[in-house]
Amino acid sequence: MLKIEKIRKDFSILKRKVHGKPLVYLDNAATTQKPKVVIDAVKDYYENYNANIHRSIHVLGEEATAAYEEAHKKIADFINADFEEVIFTKSTTESLNLLAYSLTADLKPGDEIVISEMEHHSNFVPWQQLALKKKLKLKFIEINKGGTLNEESIKENITKKTKIVSVTHVSNVLGTVNDIKEIGKIAHENNALMIVDAAQSVPHMKIDVKDLDADFLAFSGHKMLGPTGIGVLYGKKELLEEMQPFLYGGEMIKEVTFENTKFNDLPWKFEAGTPNIAQGIGLGIAVDYLNKVGMENIENHEKELVKYAYEKLNKIKEVEIYGPSPEKRSGLIAFNVKNVHAHDTAQILDGEGIAIRAGHHCAMPLASKLGIVASARASFYVYNTKEEIDKLVEGIHKVIKVFK
Amino acid sequence: MNENLNPSFTGEGIYKENILDHYKNPHNRGKIANADIEFTENNPLCGDVITVDMKLDDNKIVDVKFNGQGCAISQAAMSMLTDEIKGKTLEQIKKINREDIVKLLGIEVGPVRTKCVVLGLVAVKEGIKEFEK
Repeated sequence: MLKIEKIRKDFSILKRKVHGKPLVYLDNAATTQKPKVVIDAVKDYYENYNANIHRSIHVLGEEATAAYEEAHKKIADFINADFEEVIFTKSTTESLNLLAYSLTADLKPGDEIVISEMEHHSNFVPWQQLALKKKLKLKFIEINKGGTLNEESIKENITKKTKIVSVTHVSNVLGTVNDIKEIGKIAHENNALMIVDAAQSVPHMKIDVKDLDADFLAFSGHKMLGPTGIGVLYGKKELLEEMQPFLYGGEMIKEVTFENTKFNDLPWKFEAGTPNIAQGIGLGIAVDYLNKVGMENIENHEKELVKYAYEKLNKIKEVEIYGPSPEKRSGLIAFNVKNVHAHDTAQILDGEGIAIRAGHHCAMPLASKLGIVASARASFYVYNTKEEIDKLVEGIHKVIKVFK
Repeated sequence: MNENLNPSFTGEGIYKENILDHYKNPHNRGKIANADIEFTENNPLCGDVITVDMKLDDNKIVDVKFNGQGCAISQAAMSMLTDEIKGKTLEQIKKINREDIVKLLGIEVGPVRTKCVVLGLVAVKEGIKEFEK
């Protein structure tokens, strides 16, 4: 059991009032709030040891380098990866773009890439655009009516022609948790690479990359209590070693002559330029915090919240919920109030101090598949309570009343 | 905390009676079979869409109808705008701006929802621009 009241004290923003009412923050799939220790760590770097890393032979430079490398180590341990396998980027989006550019470099016209219909634009547009440019074939695993991936469609789409499979672990709209191990097995049987968009899974459940056996995995720091501007790309060492860098410049080199360049060792080979040092260090502290609370506790807490919210929302006849039943989903629920646009729902809830997301959630192809223009989404995290879900339910009744 | 952000920009305060009336019972909703101008504008942010049909006589709007899907603000604003532009010349319509729509609605909105407020106006103006090409 989590001591939620104690946890909430670590997040000063949760004391804030919005429209005179206590903030109920249910937009965690967009970005989470930051505990004091993370904010302090960022501040501490700038106030006490701000310096560039891997270059400066002075105390500040040594301290900054040590802290930044330590953060890599923490993230690697967090997902059971090796130090060389964890690359810091600015976001999941950048991680996936890195992969899209580097991995398609040697592909030939007609080679196939498989993604799913439930992908976020960040795991959709890079593949689509590179497929157009390089005349590759982009295929989509279909979703079932209930919002899960269609098993037949997985087997039909992944074939010997497939070079890359890139699928989200948890849908940011439906909340569906996909069976990545199974999809990865099929990908590997066909000699394709398996990439996982883990932006909505790493913050919410224990992830072991060795057990998952994916080749690459991407996630964002700001969705797991860390600062914005820091993302992670995990890749199997032997694959990263063979891959061409995505960005060239400083930091990623070992030796540069007028004729050629020898690239730096992993992971620095993929971290060209001065990185987001404070943010990287902050993410390390966020991971410490998550470890202290315990990922299993967080997962169980969210499961309880999502089940509670699902049952309550499901009872309101004006509410339509998208995606699978609570057992098959992570801690978020997308919904619409009948005859009310999601923006209007969000706006009225905002009047009650409740922050949710409304829109297509950066997954327009999925929205069109569901036959909706937009949806409202409540997403939960470690500091949310059942009382806050009760407030959400009250707020939804107000939405229904205003638009009656 | 941004103290400059007017609280009326957000929250439920913007759902005034007149806005909800126009949303629930929009004026000039529908299609014009042989319209002189037809234009569709999307708001990619939220998937709102408005299609406007306009019938002209001697540079004047004699009839206007719209179809669309979206939030109360975008649809109510368009409903009010269609009343407003009927009988006006294209030159007069081109001068209508965001502030005029805000006046029609009777509320001020924040930067995020400005796109909703002007969606219909953009459809009308872009349609006229296409027509004049």
